[in-house]
Amino acid sequence: MAVEKLDSVTGTATTGHEWDGIRELNTPLPRWWLWLFYMCIVWGIGYVIAYPAWPMVSSYTKGVLGYASRDQIEVDLAALRNQRSGLVSQIEATPLADIEKNPQLLTATLQIGKQAFGTNCSPCHGTGGAGSVGFPNLNDDQWLWGGTLDQIQQTITHGIRNESPDSRQGNMLAFGKDGTLSKTDIPIVAAYVVSLSGRKPEGAHDLAKGKQIFAENCAVCHGDDGKGNPELGAPNLTSGLYLYGGDQKTIEETITNGRGGVMPVWTGRLDPTTIKILTVYVHSLGGGK
Amino acid sequence: MSTAESAEPKAVSPASVDDAPLYEARKDIFPQAVRGRFRTIKWTILIVTLGIYYFLPFVRWDRGVHAPDQAVLIDLPGRRFYFFFIELWPQELYYVTGLLVLAALALFLTNAVAGRMWCGYLCPQTVWTDLFYAVERLVEGDRREQMRKAASGEWNLERVAEKILKHSLWLMIAWWTGGAWVLYFADAPTLVYDLLTFNGPFVAYVWIGILTVTTYSLAGFMREQVCLYMCPWPRIQAALTDEHALNVTYRYDRGEPRMSAKKADAARARAEPAGDCVDCFQCVNVCPTGVDIRDGSQLGCIQCGLCIDACDNVMAKIGRPSGLIGYDTDENVKRRIAREEPVVRIIRPRTVLYAGLIVGVGALMTATLATRTTLGVSALHDRNPVFVKLADGGVRNAYTVRLTNKALEARPFRLEVLGLPDATLDVVGEPHRAEQSAVLEVESDQTRELRVLVTNPRALDNPSTPVRFRLTDITTGVTAQTGDFFKGPGSN
Ligand code: SF4
Ligand code: SF4
Repeated sequence: MAVEKLDSVTGTATTGHEWDGIRELNTPLPRWWLWLFYMCIVWGIGYVIAYPAWPMVSSYTKGVLGYASRDQIEVDLAALRNQRSGLVSQIEATPLADIEKNPQLLTATLQIGKQAFGTNCSPCHGTGGAGSVGFPNLNDDQWLWGGTLDQIQQTITHGIRNESPDSRQGNMLAFGKDGTLSKTDIPIVAAYVVSLSGRKPEGAHDLAKGKQIFAENCAVCHGDDGKGNPELGAPNLTSGLYLYGGDQKTIEETITNGRGGVMPVWTGRLDPTTIKILTVYVHSLGGGK
Repeated sequence: MSTAESAEPKAVSPASVDDAPLYEARKDIFPQAVRGRFRTIKWTILIVTLGIYYFLPFVRWDRGVHAPDQAVLIDLPGRRFYFFFIELWPQELYYVTGLLVLAALALFLTNAVAGRMWCGYLCPQTVWTDLFYAVERLVEGDRREQMRKAASGEWNLERVAEKILKHSLWLMIAWWTGGAWVLYFADAPTLVYDLLTFNGPFVAYVWIGILTVTTYSLAGFMREQVCLYMCPWPRIQAALTDEHALNVTYRYDRGEPRMSAKKADAARARAEPAGDCVDCFQCVNVCPTGVDIRDGSQLGCIQCGLCIDACDNVMAKIGRPSGLIGYDTDENVKRRIAREEPVVRIIRPRTVLYAGLIVGVGALMTATLATRTTLGVSALHDRNPVFVKLADGGVRNAYTVRLTNKALEARPFRLEVLGLPDATLDVVGEPHRAEQSAVLEVESDQTRELRVLVTNPRALDNPSTPVRFRLTDITTGVTAQTGDFFKGPGSN
């Protein structure tokens, strides 16, 4: 049926479609829009041929160009390594003590170090190196094995109390378990250790006796004044900073059962330059001597 | 059947729904050359704007040895934008936002005052299309000649030569357009040399290619189609205009009824109504978008004013006053018909508002730009650990502090922490440690990131104490500050 084709108000032709007396005006599209539409279809076909497109049962069509976003990442990573290689070899060539003196090198070292620390060290020491019970805080100024650059590098390289012959050795002995100290002596010496940090021990203890027990058993490693000895990994007992806790009960437990946390050896897992970078990074955290 | 359908059709209609065209073929447009006031204005604007665009990259501006000497340069690898005496860092991109806000407001203001001034005179699409039309007329002849050649369909040697010449000229302009574009992103003279010796960066050739193609196709082929079907501004403009905005208007109170000059003379002699429009179609012939201004204000009219020139020339010839087409409002046409005085109201609430906003935003931007310091400091507190207890009972907080030196020379700064009278400052890597302040040198036009440790000799009662880092330019005494907190275990 031929419907009226002109709208009386605008004088524009209508499409002939009508809904409840409302008719659709026909404002024709420019023809080149249609061409664009066809061009898009052609482009789409070309894209499907050239690039990965269709999911298959267990794979997908790869496209003749062989593009894969995973390869792109490889390219980007290679570019990053390449970009860094200059700095890394510069770090490699610079003596450990001089890296911090070169601002540009220091910035690069800290940035790379942060990533290496996050990947390798943070599972035990925490992302910021804050540590937790049994895992030392690397930000404070109390070091079990010393906080100079060389000492830190030595610790990372060989680890602590592990199977490597070069690793740091030295245990807190189990004075209670092996019977060196009696059940009654342990609380007394523990109370004396509490008092070393300037705190008042709970309950009444014979601190003079405690001091004597300490001098006979503990001072060998921790020193007469309890200030510790980094050669043996014996902590300073006067600072109020504790690896396992400083209350009477925990100290008694430490004396009874001993302690011996392990740090793995990192040579072999990390290249020497990365260890160097990590050394500077840990040194920069705040406690470095 | 609705009642509307029985209404009288206004024009001839297609025979049936089936032949109603869904797609419209492009109308050929051969705008005729014209002389006059608006043509002169447009030529002037064309020469000035294109001149700026093509030659600005070669203008030099001395900034000393530490910065490029190109007056306008977008240094993407170096992350700087240089504009004469202004140098912007990426974090100051809000100035560009400010400029865009100003541009939008200026567009609104001009629209409220005199319609599509942007479209008619300034839009790159208009300017380049105008240039391409001029080249076309130069090579192939004016409107009449072009139409004759197109209608004859003949292809002789001369016509082929004309086409080749025209397209070569177009391509050269388009190529230069793309070429000038890339010069804003690198040292222009060096880049020109590199490009000519085929040593330029690949991406520069790509961009020149892209802009050559877009310029050539948009100005050579798409032309008015861009304005009619692609550009959003005509739609926005139509929504923003009001009855007082001046627009290119055919004054039909004067023009109608249209008739030939002879008939009009006769009618006037008989004291009958006679319009000034002689229906010569000159206004349509010169129109770059091919519209008839006598149909009223319409989307297709970019308000370039060329029909005003064309019509004024005709009026001069037939001895009638000029201005049959001119900047006017529909309201005024109606007022004149009703024998009322026409009114022109430039100062209206909306123009005052737009102008006020422009002045306000402009003043704000100028003020912030003028009071901008060339040094800066920012601090980021370590998140883990938030604080560290030290063996001697002290407390330490670590911060990542960034010093900014926007001056084009290396400068020594003093960094202090305020709010903790006893605290000392350590900068990792600096030889002097545990002092009240640190002196640090920052390279010209650079930032420097530092790891700063602040140590207080004892724990504070307050678990969080506000502190400030102050950076002082040692030579000038100018300072910058930033706030942060010093955390601790608290009194408990
Ligand atoms: S309609 Fe759009 S493209 Fe055309 S002249 Fe105006 S702003 Fe430019
Ligand atoms: S009608 Fe007149 S003002 Fe409008 S675009 Fe055409 S020539 Fe320009």
